[in-house]
Order: sequence, then C-alpha cells, then structure tokens
Amino acid sequence: MPNESTAASAEIIESGDSTVVKIKGRLDANSTAKVWQQLDSKQLPEGFTVDGSGITYCDSAGVALLTHLRKSRNADLQDLPEATAKYLEQVDAKEIPDFHPEAKQEASFPVAVGRVTYDFVSDLREMTIFTGQASVALIGSIMRPNTVRWGEFWVTFEKAGVNALLIVGMIGFLTGMIMAFQSTVPLRQFGVDIFVVNLVALSMLRELGVIMTAIVFAGRSGSAFAAEIGTMKVNEEVNALTTMGLDPVRFLVAPKILAGVGVMPLLTMYANIAGVAGGLFVVLLFGHPWASVWNQLIGAVTYQDVLAGLIKAVVFGFLISGMGCLRGLQTKSGATAVGDSTTSAVVSSIFLIVVVDALFAVIFYATGF
Amino acid sequence: MHMEPIIKVENLTAGYGETVILKDINFQVAAGEIFVILGGSGCGKSTLLKHLIGLLPPLEGRVLIEGRDLTSADGQERLEILRRIGVSYQGGALFGSYTLAQNVRLPLEEITDLPESALEMIAWMKLMMVGLGDFGDSLPSAVSGGMQKRAALARAMALDPAVVFLDEPSAGLDPVTSAELDALILRLRELLNMTFVIVTHELASIYAVADRVIMLDKSTQGIIADGKPQELRDHSEDPQVRRFFLRQAEPESQ
Repeated sequence: MPNESTAASAEIIESGDSTVVKIKGRLDANSTAKVWQQLDSKQLPEGFTVDGSGITYCDSAGVALLTHLRKSRNADLQDLPEATAKYLEQVDAKEIPDFHPEAKQEASFPVAVGRVTYDFVSDLREMTIFTGQASVALIGSIMRPNTVRWGEFWVTFEKAGVNALLIVGMIGFLTGMIMAFQSTVPLRQFGVDIFVVNLVALSMLRELGVIMTAIVFAGRSGSAFAAEIGTMKVNEEVNALTTMGLDPVRFLVAPKILAGVGVMPLLTMYANIAGVAGGLFVVLLFGHPWASVWNQLIGAVTYQDVLAGLIKAVVFGFLISGMGCLRGLQTKSGATAVGDSTTSAVVSSIFLIVVVDALFAVIFYATGF
Repeated sequence: MHMEPIIKVENLTAGYGETVILKDINFQVAAGEIFVILGGSGCGKSTLLKHLIGLLPPLEGRVLIEGRDLTSADGQERLEILRRIGVSYQGGALFGSYTLAQNVRLPLEEITDLPESALEMIAWMKLMMVGLGDFGDSLPSAVSGGMQKRAALARAMALDPAVVFLDEPSAGLDPVTSAELDALILRLRELLNMTFVIVTHELASIYAVADRVIMLDKSTQGIIADGKPQELRDHSEDPQVRRFFLRQAEPESQ
C-alpha cells in the first residue's frame, strides 16, 4: 500500500576519491522525479557507487533512474533489493537506445516548394479522376433510376435540406434586411431610396442567396459527408463494399451528390425569397407604400436573374457534395484523419465556390445573361 | 504483506438502466493472481469488466480495489484508485496520432513530474518488456495487430498499476502470437508482481496462464463455476461448464 514508508531521498557521501550515493525510501514515480533532478544537477564522477540497501520500494520509475545512472555515469549499483535487481537485469539484457535523436530535418525551401506543388498537382489529378467517376455514377443513376439507393437519397435530402431551412431562412432574411438598411442611407441623399429594392433583389437573386446557401451547405452537409465516408473508410467499411463488388462511388457518393444537386436550388430559392422579403420589409418600414415597392420589384427582376442564381446553385450543389465525398474517400487512417478530411472538405468547397462564382460572373457578362 | 484481496466484488448487480445482466455477484481476486472471466457470448463478461474498471456504475453492490471503494469514490480519490489499475482494451485503443512510445508516455507525462529523459527511459523499458523496444517511433497504424495489442499492454502498465485488466487479449491473433502473449503475461507477473484480470474465451490461453477462472452464465445471471481451469474441466458437476471446456456444442434435442 502507498505511504507505508517515506518518499525516496538521496544522500551524497564523498570520502577521498570515492563517491557513494545512498538512496533510501520509496522510489515511486513521484519521489523518483525529485531524486532524478537532484542527481542530474550534481556533477557526479564517472563510476560512483550507488548504495541501494535503503530502498524499500522501487517501481519502473526507480528502475529507470538506476538505469539512467548506470548508463550516463557508469554507476556501480550495490545492495539493491532482490526484485529491483531482477527488473534491472531485464533492462540491461537489451541495448539501451540513445534517447536524443536529432530533431527532424527541416526541408529546404526548394524541397518544400516541390512538395507543395506535387501535393497540389496530385490532388488535382485525384479530383479529375473523381469527377469522372462521379459523372459516370450520376449518368448511370439517371439512365437506370432503379439502381439508385433512394432511401439514402431521401435521408440526405432531409438532413441537408429540410433541417437547414431555419438557418438558411434566417441568414437570408437578415442579410436582406442589413443590405437594405445600409444602402437606404446613401441612396436617400439622392432621393432614390426606392432603388434599394432593385439592389437587394438583384444581389440576392444573382449572388448572395446562392453563395450564402452554398456556404451553409458546405459547413453543414459537405463536412458531414466527409466525416461519414471518412469514418467508414477508417473502419474498413469502404473496403467491405469494394470486396462485395459494389462501387463505393456509386453506392455512397451518387445518392449524396444527387441529393446535393436536388436540394441546393430549392434551398437557394428559399434563401432568395427570405432575403428579398427582408429587404422589402425594411423598405416598407421606411414608409414607402406597398404598391410602389411591388412595382419596383416586378420591374427590376427578370426570370434570367432567378435562373442565374439557380444554375449556380445546381453547380455548387454538385461541387460541394462531390468535394465532401472525395475528401471522405481520401481519408487516411486514425481519428485525426477524419477531422482533417472534414476541415479540408469545407475549406476546399468554399474555395471552389468563390472561384466558380467568379467564372460564372465572367461567363454571364460575356454572354449577356 | 497484507493478505487483503486486491479486488473485492460485493453483491454486484450489473446492467444498463432497467436491464439486469448480472445479479448479486460476489468474488475476490488475490494479489498476484491471474484471474480469468469466462462465459459464452452475451453473458455479461464485458459488462462485468466495465464495472470493475469504473466505466459503469453498478445498479447495486460495490467494487473494492485495494480495499478502496471504486463505486462510491469521486474526485481525487477516484483518480487515485484508477491510477492503480491499467486496462488494455479489445481493439488496443491506442491513440492513432501518437507513436507507440508517446502512447506509453502519455499517462506518465500527465500524472508525474518525471523529467524528459526519465519519461523516455520508462516508455522504452515498458515497450522493451513487451518486445517492442525497437518500435517506439512507429505509429500504431504501421505495426501489426499483435504488436498493437502488446503496445496497449505496455501502455496499461505505464503507471506500474497493481492490477492490469485485459479485454480479449488474444482475439484476432494467430495461435503463435497468442501463445507469445500468454508467455509475456506470465513473465510480467513474475517480474512486476502484478495481478491480471483477463476476459477471454481462448481455451488454450486459459490453460496456459489462469490461476483461477470464474464462468458467467446468461440464464442464471450469475457465476456458475469458480476454480482452477483443469479442475473445472475434469471435475465440474455442471454439464454446461464441462461442455465449455471440452468445446462441445449444446445438445440439439430441445
């Protein structure tokens, strides 16, 4: 039992040219720490003697201390308790490694650049391959709808869509309100504050509605896809599918991408309505009559504006759910790997959203859409 | 030395919520004993183990470790009791992002004030004892299943516990590796004077290591056999116990 004798202490006795270190008491983990530091701080001569006759208890920490003294200063260990001596023999039978391996070499600048470039290029390659696989799976699903796992599809549809309605609606409505508030003040100086309606409606429908929905979708569902497939990968469930002759892309990825492509336009539509409603709400608050606000809205918005947002929503839905699934499938082993995949899924998705949105801006401008 | 049993289970009723799995269990484990908990699938072996190591609160009764009640202890006292036991889980439960040496060091690092060189030395010593002295810098994913189990055993021993609990140590190992693990357990017991509580149904390793066996049963929700494995095999009155040791299937006429 603990505390049946005192904590260990070390006494250094120097007589002539011989040094004896007398260790007494319980060499357990806590008191060994003190003795270790005490002895390490002294310049003990090579080959000194350790008198262990006073040791009442010695656990692995104590044995480690004795081994350390023998290894570093070639100490001569005397009068150890029998059990301790037996334990030490075990340790001694093996070669004790050197515990100070040189720190991992920092890669030089060109090597680091090369590595990053290589990783980037191989990631692009994997993305290309995956896009191909996913497209094949999707086309297959559309050609033969009875091969799609519709149960999975509807579950994902509900989780990614229905359950996101509150957050998407709230963000949309508040963004519309904030934009209307902020732009009313400068526009009012010119007496054209009714054009706030044009501003809010166009920017919501063409850009903000879809972008915000996409970001929420990436954070809520893209990450969930990556975590789900990543955990399956770690648990070898993906391997199990493969060996059953089932294609993981068709089996796991296709329902998720289909759900993403289906749910994103609906969510975007919903966010658009919420956003425009938020904007109109503020304009009405500022005292404009409903009839003129409504006419302004009808005059400002064309079907093209609505369509532009929805086209982007479909593309973003494909990109985000695809990216989530890809990062999930790329998961290496271990618990942290799943965390890395989810992070990477969200970051890559948001990056893609911005890049692809910029591309759309150019295309729409060039085509006059 | 005191002859108090190292683990004492008193009137333990175990289960989850309303479901009772084991009823009114009593047994003791003596210091230095290799104690095996046996039983068919679903009889409550793992549930009992979870109660012994304090992961589940008992519905009734108590578990004493070195005379201290684990079931009612909390705060600092509970931590102190838990530090006297080491557990090696079925799947190893090594931290995947740490090397084997870091896995073994972790409890030492967090609980003691030992200097860096001491931590390294102890981690190496423990790994060396389970035959993994050269693998301290490997990640768990880079070594075989048998090595992961041994590393888990090394981690369970990190704090020099009084009792080490092993959950199905030989599950998924080939007979040779499994036999090596048995030899390792015997050697460690001799060297460190530890008590082992092992949950298993590997007959070969039960004969090789067990000093004492208890067998749990699903229908009676209790212990149906208690003794040395060879004696139970040869002299048990209970046909169910004999069948288990002789690896006979249940008679089909029922």
